[in-house]
Amino acid sequence: MELTGADIVVKALADEGVEYIFGYPGGAALHIYDALYRQDTVKHILARHEQGAGHAADGYARSCGKPGVVLVTSGPGATNVVTPVATAHMDSIPLVVITAQVPSHLIGDDAFQEVDSIGITRPCVKHNFLVKDVRDLATTIKKAFYVATSGRPGPVVIDIPKDITAEKAEYIYPKSLSMRSYQPVTQGHSGQIRKAVQVLLAAKRPVIYTGGGIILSDCSDKLAELVRLLGYPCTNTLMGLGAYPADDPLFLGMLGMHGTYEANLAMHECDVMLCIGARFDDRVTGDTNKFSPYAKIIHVDIDPSSISKTISADIPVVGPAGVILEEMISQIKDSGRKPDAEAMQKWWHQIDGWRKIDCLDYDRESELIKPQFVVEKLYEVTKGDAFVTSDVGQHQMFAAQYYKFSKPRRWINSGGLGTMGFGLPAAMGVQLAHPDETVACVTGEGSIQMCLQELSTCKQYDLPLNIVNLNNRYLGMVRQWQEFFYDRRYSHSYMDALPDLVKLAEGYGHIGIRIEKPADVEGALKEALSDKSRLYFLDFITDQTENVYPMIAAGKGHHEMHLSPRNNGDDEERELA
Amino acid sequence: MRHIISILLENESGALSRVAGLFSARGYNIESLTVAPTEDPSLSRMTLVTSGTDKVVEQIKKQLNKLIDVVKLVDLVENEHVEREISLIKVRAAGNLRDEVNRMVEIFRGRIVDVTDTSYTIELTGSCDKIDAFLKAVPNDTIIEVVRSGVLGIARGEKGLRL
Repeated sequence: MELTGADIVVKALADEGVEYIFGYPGGAALHIYDALYRQDTVKHILARHEQGAGHAADGYARSCGKPGVVLVTSGPGATNVVTPVATAHMDSIPLVVITAQVPSHLIGDDAFQEVDSIGITRPCVKHNFLVKDVRDLATTIKKAFYVATSGRPGPVVIDIPKDITAEKAEYIYPKSLSMRSYQPVTQGHSGQIRKAVQVLLAAKRPVIYTGGGIILSDCSDKLAELVRLLGYPCTNTLMGLGAYPADDPLFLGMLGMHGTYEANLAMHECDVMLCIGARFDDRVTGDTNKFSPYAKIIHVDIDPSSISKTISADIPVVGPAGVILEEMISQIKDSGRKPDAEAMQKWWHQIDGWRKIDCLDYDRESELIKPQFVVEKLYEVTKGDAFVTSDVGQHQMFAAQYYKFSKPRRWINSGGLGTMGFGLPAAMGVQLAHPDETVACVTGEGSIQMCLQELSTCKQYDLPLNIVNLNNRYLGMVRQWQEFFYDRRYSHSYMDALPDLVKLAEGYGHIGIRIEKPADVEGALKEALSDKSRLYFLDFITDQTENVYPMIAAGKGHHEMHLSPRNNGDDEERELA
Repeated sequence: MRHIISILLENESGALSRVAGLFSARGYNIESLTVAPTEDPSLSRMTLVTSGTDKVVEQIKKQLNKLIDVVKLVDLVENEHVEREISLIKVRAAGNLRDEVNRMVEIFRGRIVDVTDTSYTIELTGSCDKIDAFLKAVPNDTIIEVVRSGVLGIARGEKGLRL
């Protein structure tokens, strides 16, 4: 069957099982938009800005595991989608982003709305393709989905010149394909796994540290099985929250810069560290020279370039987390060996001592609304079962610390790139993927203004999001660093002309509520959550001076955490550099 | 330490910029880089000379392998290998200098490929060291222009870098 390039694009997306495509039309994309108009299999979601479209597709992908699909026009359409592409790249999220391009004969002429989309996106994609012949179009789309979703996932950009979308070709969508230059690993090395298991079973002070890889490979059940089989403490990175149930006694909380006292000290003091699907990011390790000085490190990752990049692994294991976890579990069971019970008792005793510090304690009696209090209440009211997206800053850390995620894919945030403006559009994608679930966007008045226009998209598609705005009138994380490290010189971290966000929400056709007293927090949350048909914008006026604790300052190790003034720690541990 | 990384990659537009972009984005050194299609027109062969600590070079190889267009690569310095660079060198050669330059070209087993009344253009092939040595040997103020190809390399023995 001969089809135009535009019809091939849309037909291929349908054959790939794509439910939603997030986009924004423009000149070079018009043939494709016309093809979309003539069918109803693939549903198009019209964002208000290409950045919103990209983050929405990303939120969709993170929450349901299927690749997110984006369609934008050439030039500014393509450049506006660069931030979402980079965001997805840093967090290994599968996206297929179609950027329309000016007609082939105009490429290189500085044509209207022309930009070198391939060149601009090259450093922040897993791969990108420029389609030069309509006969290659279907196969290229198949390749894009294959590359985006296999191995270590990531965003793939397909740049399609307008003339290609008008030309005709025979439509054959490949059922499967293999590429000689790209063959992701599907198995772990048995010998390496055996070595890892031996070291793991001989451990006296073990810790299991896992990241987004567990969530991406949908193997949190296997992680839980391994952790419980061994009885070892487990900590998750910011990207890995929800991989292991946060309310389980074996869970130490998040680790890293704003991780818990017990998680970070366990990392520092451990003799064996099993890292799965995490990459020893600088926000996790602190100063690498001071990192886990006594640990033998087992590093499981599907991407060989993640291994020994920042921290040298003693036992590297390359492969998919789920497959390797399964083999570890079966080897441990087959060995008939058990962990050293006496050593474990001592280790847990030590950990419980750290836990007693209660590093996440805060003033629950405050007359001002504490941001932590709002997140705790959100957790209670939603019974820990909501999908929570966030933007970037203090509110993101409070959400990560105080919302106890017990299921994977419930915590949606921009961990690697730290993209402000991510939360609202991402929540749209999450809600579309899970129409009957509760979706909350924990944000701040700084971040929300970066993609605020998407409130209009929410209205168009009736997305009943719950926006939990922790409004402290400051760019809180910037203010915190300025307080600690710049002698309280609050350079440009205060906004003295904020919009009335309640009226703004109403202007977009939603319901806005301002909450100024702690006693009103729970009621407002309940009101919003009980109404499944409307978007609620809850503007919580919070304590302006609250900081995120604990904190590991730049250049410090896990054992040099800065605790909240409320904690009775060793004085030295409160010193900041 | 100096490494010579030989890469077989898809002969697609943009493949070269992916490699070059990787090096600049991650702050790796490139001393030289050459690329041309192979006997199989769908594949290009790239030879890249870089330097760094073992840890850095290990990362370079892993990052290169991660590029979707890279099919295979080998670090030639891990084993016995042959490396060559070709250079074209234009020097001033008038009067007494003509004989001197001629002698020098003979010693270094180069060839004179173009002659004018006042200049010679010399083709010289060999290791980088040999070309460096020649450039040092001719009087500095006589050199008009130097073009070097960058290093090409191949492993010794019957095994080859192929699919």
